Amino acid sequence: MSDKDMREVYTDTLIELAESNDKICLMEADLMRATGTNPFKEKFPERTFNVGVAEANMVGVASGLSAGGKIPFAATFGCFAARRTFDQFFISANYAQQNVKLVGTDPGVSAGFNGGTHMPFEDIGLMRTIPKLVIFEASDTVSLKKLLPQAAEHKGSTYMRLQRKGKNTHYSESDEIILGKGNVLKEGSDVTIIATGYVMVPEAIAAAEILSEEGINATVIDMHTIKPLDKDLILKYAEKTGALVVCENHQKSCGLFAAVSELLAEERPTPVQAVAVEDLFGQVGTPAFLQGAYGLTKENIVEKTKIVLERKNG
Amino acid sequence: MLNDDLKDLEKKAKEIRIKTIDAIGFLGVGHIGGAMSIVELLTILYYSKMHIDPKIPKMEDRDKLVLSKGHAGPALYSTLAQKGFFPVEWLHTLNQGGTKLPSHCDMNMTPGIDMTTGSLGQGLSSAIGLALAMRIDKIDRNVFAIIGDGESQEGQNWEAAMAAPQFKLNKLIAFTDYNKMQIDGYTCDIMPIDDLVEKWSAFGWSTYRVNGHNFAELDKAIDDARKSKDKPSMIIMDTIKGKGCSFAEGQLTNHNMVFTYEQAKEAIAALG
Repeated sequence: MSDKDMREVYTDTLIELAESNDKICLMEADLMRATGTNPFKEKFPERTFNVGVAEANMVGVASGLSAGGKIPFAATFGCFAARRTFDQFFISANYAQQNVKLVGTDPGVSAGFNGGTHMPFEDIGLMRTIPKLVIFEASDTVSLKKLLPQAAEHKGSTYMRLQRKGKNTHYSESDEIILGKGNVLKEGSDVTIIATGYVMVPEAIAAAEILSEEGINATVIDMHTIKPLDKDLILKYAEKTGALVVCENHQKSCGLFAAVSELLAEERPTPVQAVAVEDLFGQVGTPAFLQGAYGLTKENIVEKTKIVLERKNG
Repeated sequence: MLNDDLKDLEKKAKEIRIKTIDAIGFLGVGHIGGAMSIVELLTILYYSKMHIDPKIPKMEDRDKLVLSKGHAGPALYSTLAQKGFFPVEWLHTLNQGGTKLPSHCDMNMTPGIDMTTGSLGQGLSSAIGLALAMRIDKIDRNVFAIIGDGESQEGQNWEAAMAAPQFKLNKLIAFTDYNKMQIDGYTCDIMPIDDLVEKWSAFGWSTYRVNGHNFAELDKAIDDARKSKDKPSMIIMDTIKGKGCSFAEGQLTNHNMVFTYEQAKEAIAALG
């Protein structure tokens, strides 16, 4: 466990970046309290812009800041970042080859009590359709701290899903975490569990422990970067284990499972199962309730692993 | 404004008009109406007001322009070509595969284009971002933005309208090309946008209303807007869609018009 929440790591890392890089700017759309970015504003008021409840304008202004040479990090809830500002992000930021770092907070079930209106299960899917966009979600505080500077460094726009609350830490400070490269957290020869994000990577680790007690050895991969996809790593483990389970706090039809399936279909047909939202809208509840309601649990990963192993061996 | 300057601008505007009619006519189809209505504005900006260097299109301390009604690109391309940003011959490549002059403005293709536009409603936000970046960098220049009247129906403009005064962007000078027409008919019939002066004033902008084809009026409004201490400026230009293109002027069908190169040549001859 970290002593800081994810959002504190986000803000502190941006402050560190901004201290050495005067191009870094911060944008908010009346969610500064939620994202916890006030310390950045206090330190760099001249580089902080809050546009009010106007997400389309936020992404448009961010695109203009980028055209003026700046590197804006613009955050709002993921539902608004992806759905409401899609055309602004598509055209003014990406088509215009700008350098906008869009951040969608409260991904999937982490929207909790804000419920179905605020629960993005489709943001990765929308973002995947934007050519050359980099899409990622850190699974813990250490990887967030390590991925953010790489996103700032990347020449081009990025979309980051950000779990705001929680102090999970499964990486150590010395681990190498590279944007665009999956991290193998555990080696196993029977099956590969690929997970993305703050909610599902710990579930995948826990599921692998349960499976291990039952004599099934699973590889666990943290696929923090969804685009560009680490194809070599997936193909390597598809060959090695012959079966995969893909876990995401997201709609099954268009996220990481879809990306992995597209790759396998063309390059190396291999049995693969999804632990993801099955064509449903969001709803209210605690994140724990919601994980259960949508099957985003270690128990479901274990179940899907057994199904995929039957397919592999059958 | 001196008489000689005025005559010179009128001459330049005529040349830009001719190039624009010629370029679209050579292709056979294009957004002639909304291109013609901003020719005087582009002329006075590029020949009298903007700090630019055609040899260094990305000069750091230049004034910048966001043509939010990006479909009027051909008028801007003619202006930029005439200023020497790129060869005039490029105008005949308009919209052809592989061209550097696409129908809607693209900052990554065309020397002198400061922002990619075309999805209506987004340019004013971009202009705000450019003006904020200039302020951070302590560059004391202007950002100009041109939006259409039909475009003003897009909600994002009004998000931007709130933001620019809040950020005290006195270096941002926007124009509305109020030619009173949009694709489906007269703006007042499709979705009225009046009263633009009252609207922009209420949002906290210094607001002006001028004849958009009159250089003296444009000149004074731009100079007054440049003196603004803490507010952005909106200059509402009454214009005629298709202005100066004989077969298109004032025609409701002129938004995106099909016409022959012969028609174009006749319209150019009619300009005298």
